[in-house]
Amino acid sequence: MNTPASRGPALQITGLTKTYSAGRKGEGGAVVALRGVDLTVQQGDFFGLLGPNGAGKTTIIGIISSLVNKSAGQVRVFDCDIDSDPYRARAQLGVVPQEINFNIFETVQQIVVNQAGYYGIPRRIATERSEGVLRQLSLWEKRGDAAGRLSGGMKRRLMIARALIHEPRLLILDEPTAGVDIELRRSMWEFLRELNANGTTIILTTHYLEEAESLCRNIAIIDHGSIIQNTTKHNLLNMLDTETFVFDLSAPRETAPELPGFSVRLVDELCMEVEIKRGQDINELFEQFKHANVAVKSMRSKANRLEELFVRLVESSVV
Amino acid sequence: MNFQIARIALRTLVTKEVTRILRIWVQTLIPPVITMSLYFLIFGRLVGSRIGEVQGYTYMEFIVPGLILMSVITNSYSNVVSSFFGARFGKSIEEILVAPVPNSVIIAGYSVGGMVRGLLVGFLVACVSLFFSGVRIHNLAVLVGTIILTSGIFTQAGFLNALFARKFDDVSIVPTFILTPLTYLGGIFYSVEMLPEPFYTLSLLNPILYMINACRYGFLGISDIRIEYAFAGGVLFFVALFFLNLFIMRRGYGIRS
Repeated sequence: MNTPASRGPALQITGLTKTYSAGRKGEGGAVVALRGVDLTVQQGDFFGLLGPNGAGKTTIIGIISSLVNKSAGQVRVFDCDIDSDPYRARAQLGVVPQEINFNIFETVQQIVVNQAGYYGIPRRIATERSEGVLRQLSLWEKRGDAAGRLSGGMKRRLMIARALIHEPRLLILDEPTAGVDIELRRSMWEFLRELNANGTTIILTTHYLEEAESLCRNIAIIDHGSIIQNTTKHNLLNMLDTETFVFDLSAPRETAPELPGFSVRLVDELCMEVEIKRGQDINELFEQFKHANVAVKSMRSKANRLEELFVRLVESSVV
Repeated sequence: MNFQIARIALRTLVTKEVTRILRIWVQTLIPPVITMSLYFLIFGRLVGSRIGEVQGYTYMEFIVPGLILMSVITNSYSNVVSSFFGARFGKSIEEILVAPVPNSVIIAGYSVGGMVRGLLVGFLVACVSLFFSGVRIHNLAVLVGTIILTSGIFTQAGFLNALFARKFDDVSIVPTFILTPLTYLGGIFYSVEMLPEPFYTLSLLNPILYMINACRYGFLGISDIRIEYAFAGGVLFFVALFFLNLFIMRRGYGIRS
């Protein structure tokens, strides 16, 4: 079996630049959204593109999917250049945008079947195929309902169903679980994992770093229009040299205990945070708890590890 | 461009547009029929009976072709402008833009949708006119050709308006301040030969005058202008507007950031 890397890139971005010009009345001035972005996503990958608001994630997705005109650079989707071979490039792409962008007066099935038509799939086949996709996303019972009457979570799932109807080889999801409850988010993760396991390359942007940590194999972090980190999730997490644990105490304390080699902060009388450096032994910490008469009821990691690293990287990239 | 994909995409767009027109038929088909019925009743029957003949025909017979064409013009135009701008405004146009659909197919899809509505309304208005006036078709080919060409031209104009519109007010500015005055001054209710100079010469600059006279020729066999000019001008307008829309779409104006 081919490894993802041996099959060549699903997406190759070189020197991508985007400058939004000033408004019609010159208000605002030009905004540089992307500054020479280079990015490669291998076939079969589950790739995370992370970054704070306004970092350039949605602009990159917009350019790949032809909704935004680039200022400079090159984008290739499975070896098809989006400028010289736009139709073949688009045919292999499925895009789930951040904002709801379907006609709310059309029915769920009409939206999916019409989308298939835009990709050249005959209506009879599209109608048959729509049943499978809508069932997979638990929308089949709602097929005759106007899309505007769906709940927020259903609308998100409808956008995924619509993006999958033509069976794209590369699926790009721009914050697909924003505003979705935890249960639904987990079921969507499961669905996306399965899709990826069946061979679809997935690029995901998200604000939920837990989501990226759980799903993605490779991650790029973008800030101020530049990629500031692009590596495997494993490598990225190894860059984190400390981790903060939260301890719930059995007995109240008025001051933080002195624990040599560890940084301790008392959150309140029954809770404290301890920063543990990479390589430090957690058993040593418990030894010191014993000496300092600290009785611990429970412990947990303070934050998602990726989130911690993300905040540090983004903060350090601020000029 | 893959022609098979383009063909299916066009069919999908047209089906979607026609479904929309029929789904909201109370808004798309009925109002123009009621408006035109009032024109027939008030101008044709009540006022027209006191006017007498125009170019050898009763006033009712004289105004029917122009009123049918006016309903085709306004409905072809407004269907495309509202549907395409609505898709832009609600961002559902992105569904099509991310797909391998050529710009020419997008323009054609919306245009055919607009033409379907224009022709449907034109047919319904023609049916209503039978209650007020007899059927007389002098030249069917000229009549059908004029109506289709006129509808096509105004779908292109509507598409252009929708590309430039930034808010819903912009959608109604052109019909209110340009289209309606030009239609009324295009000789629906009078023969331009009745006008003194310089109004007669000025009227010849109005493109709608040519289409209304070509339509009247198709029905009654009378016209203030030469039919060849109407068709040549019409085709020229249609082609120019289509390529202008295509050019603007390629630049991404109004649809891509």
